[in-house]
Amino acid sequence: MPAIETINLAKTYAVGFWRKKPRTALLPLNLQIEEGEIFGFLGPNGAGKTTTLKLLTGIVFPSSGTARILGNEVDDPGVKAQIGFLPEQPYFYDYLTAKELLEYYGQLSGVPAKDLSSRVNEMLSRVGLSDAARTQLRKFSKGMLQRVGLAQAILHDPKVVFLDEPMSGLDPIGRREVRELIQQLKQEGKTVFFSTHILSDAEALCDRVAVIHKGELRGVGAVAELTAQVHGKVEITFNASAAPAALRQLGADMHINGNIVSAVLPEENQEAALEVLKRERLRLTSLTPVRSSLEEYYVQNLQPAEKSMGVGA
Amino acid sequence: MNSRIANVAFNTFREAVRDRVLYNLIAFALLLSAAAILVGQISIDIERLVVVNLGLTAVTLFGVVIAIFIGIGLVSKEIEKRTLYTVLSRPVRRWEFVVGKFLGLTGTLLVNTFFMAIGVFLALLYVSRHFERGDFSITAALYFIILQFLIVCSLALLFSSFSSPLLSAVFTFALFVIGSLAEDLRGFAAAAKGITAMLAGTVAYLVPNFSAMNVVNQVAHGEPVSGQLILCNTVYALLYSAMAISGAVLIFQRRNLK
Amino acid sequence: MNSRRVNVVATAVLLLSLAGTVMTLRTLDGMRRGATLREVLYFRSPKMLRRMSLGYSGLVADLYWTRAVQYFGSHHIAQASDFHLLSPLLEMTTDLDPKMTVAYQFGSNFLAPAPPNGAGEPEKAVALVEHGIQHNPDNWKLYYALGFIYYMDLKDYKKAAETFERGAAVPKAHPFLRLLAAQMAQHAGEYGMSRMLWTATYETTTQEQIRRNAIDHLLALRVDEDVTQLERIVGSYRERTGQLPSSINDLVRAGLIGGMPVDPTGQPYKLTPDGRIELRNPDAILYITKGLPPGHRSPQPKPEPTPPSGK
Repeated sequence: MPAIETINLAKTYAVGFWRKKPRTALLPLNLQIEEGEIFGFLGPNGAGKTTTLKLLTGIVFPSSGTARILGNEVDDPGVKAQIGFLPEQPYFYDYLTAKELLEYYGQLSGVPAKDLSSRVNEMLSRVGLSDAARTQLRKFSKGMLQRVGLAQAILHDPKVVFLDEPMSGLDPIGRREVRELIQQLKQEGKTVFFSTHILSDAEALCDRVAVIHKGELRGVGAVAELTAQVHGKVEITFNASAAPAALRQLGADMHINGNIVSAVLPEENQEAALEVLKRERLRLTSLTPVRSSLEEYYVQNLQPAEKSMGVGA
Repeated sequence: MNSRIANVAFNTFREAVRDRVLYNLIAFALLLSAAAILVGQISIDIERLVVVNLGLTAVTLFGVVIAIFIGIGLVSKEIEKRTLYTVLSRPVRRWEFVVGKFLGLTGTLLVNTFFMAIGVFLALLYVSRHFERGDFSITAALYFIILQFLIVCSLALLFSSFSSPLLSAVFTFALFVIGSLAEDLRGFAAAAKGITAMLAGTVAYLVPNFSAMNVVNQVAHGEPVSGQLILCNTVYALLYSAMAISGAVLIFQRRNLK
Repeated sequence: MNSRRVNVVATAVLLLSLAGTVMTLRTLDGMRRGATLREVLYFRSPKMLRRMSLGYSGLVADLYWTRAVQYFGSHHIAQASDFHLLSPLLEMTTDLDPKMTVAYQFGSNFLAPAPPNGAGEPEKAVALVEHGIQHNPDNWKLYYALGFIYYMDLKDYKKAAETFERGAAVPKAHPFLRLLAAQMAQHAGEYGMSRMLWTATYETTTQEQIRRNAIDHLLALRVDEDVTQLERIVGSYRERTGQLPSSINDLVRAGLIGGMPVDPTGQPYKLTPDGRIELRNPDAILYITKGLPPGHRSPQPKPEPTPPSGK
């Protein structure tokens, strides 16, 4: 049984005073995420990431289709006890302290009263906020709020955790801590579904990602699979004093440093480039494949077919 | 289930109490009680009258303002600012949330009214140096004021469940004003003809019947309030609040949060 | 509890409590009949009410005016004998808005006459309108209203003439004021005078009850005049023929009248054996003083229905 499953899940908003202009936020989405996966949901702003998260957490009702978590529909109250949610740019009750907020949420989530206090303290130290436990939330910085948000999402030990832009507002140290936290969650057997537009985080953390654009799913799969679809590049270094024009014609980006030239060009032109070197009697120093990044996959996927693929940087 | 409602209620109460706006309003109201004493000095022989009239009117008006500010602030604000996302993704039913908010809000107003009432009684004591038999009915007037708050809170929640904070505040306040003239409105509807009568009649019966809960004048003159009236107003307030809250629940059940 | 059940329960609660509130309102209204009206008795000082209106005294005046009209209307229909709240209501209205002409006119028409047609308080009516004149010395309608009270209810023709005279002096006053003042000395108490006044009352206001009242009085005058004239004709017939006519047709045949005379409701007049003229249905027309059967008693005013105890 998948941890998260969407079957033709779609959402259209009726916009405008007379509700005449429908805005499609999400086209029918079909996803299956297994337990214990870290799943990344990528896309530019307005792509439908947050809408999907809201649909999965029962904050918004689908126009059509269903969403299931651990086999049950999202509506089911039993399901809610198994999920945690960190919304984007969360805002909390200003006048509560961090401890009070977590205790409130813990009560709502059904954490037994006798465990509550210790669990809250545990969470606070896990996200690094032990010192601020008795400070009112209105005095918190953005980063601190983000951490509280994370704490309330995992406080009740949910099996599935939804995070919307978990890294936003954090400095590099904070980001690393969150990354570590997410990995810990996976080790604890939890499923993590998070949306982000920071590709490097997705690359580093996710087992699988999905790319969404304008409400439509553009691709799903392991990062390696997706990047493999993108035409890769190779880097050739050789000794020369000048860059051979022929290489440039093959679409190479060239760097000259002293008498070492480094040329990066599309993979399929690799053989032709080696020919050029042989002809010019240039000595090959190294040949290294350049791993294509998710960014390229992203960029390529998000331009519709008018942009040519392959040749050309 | 019950503990969740209680949790939401208590949290609402706590949030309201710590919000400084509340303190400012209470302080202002107490100040007004003091001012009533001053005004009373100017009009000789009717100091008692002025203190009771002005004091109770202040309690009513300020209470309504507080109910609107806080009620709408707490609910609409939560909806607008996404505090609600983290609550609704938990096993709290939406209806439990609405009911809990309502109870927390009315609890806040009860405590608030209690303190303001003390102010009025103190002012009265200062001015007349003793309590007269008629003063007991002031408690009845205060009870009716609390009933009014019950209804106002339920309306604030009803409007918050689908409208922006500003509009909710405006609608609730408008209903308070119209409701204070409800009996006159029904009289007008009875005397009118045709479509005016139908429209006026419908409005007159739907609008909260605050005018029957306003016994300030009566009480200022030391006259008693009948037990029958107390009973009827209580029943009415409970029914009306139930109506508004169930409306809020129904709307909130299907509401997509932005 | 799943979503559907919540919806069902909430809808049921909504509908039941809606029905409940309407029923409770009916009970409450029954208990509190007249309570908002009696509120007016609490304001012994109009200044206090004005201060408490916070500058919206015009609005509050409108509220009291509406209450006054409804109060009088409902009591009048019930043929009540007690209108004691009318004066305070009108006083409150005119204190808050001294320029409300129609309130003074209402007082002039309905404070002075005896129940069930009015409150029976002509001195209060005079005081009310004088208050109005004090605040609106150039409003000729108010002088008319005052003179009207003196003429109709106090039968003080001298004062009436003086008041009309005062009013005629106001710039842009209606010319009939001078006419009334001039005619008062000679024709006070005559039908023509009364007719002029009631017509003037009808024309100087648009208030529904005042106008209807004026029309009722004009019809009554018609009847009185008709009866007087008819009885005079009967007298001539008797002189001529030495005996009383047996029916009105005799008068027609004798050429003394042109056709069958009818009262304002369209009913023909009746000739009694002793030569008097009577209406067929004496209760159909208000305010008539002639054409009534001997010993006929007009419907008496009823005491005000007392509300159940507990305001």
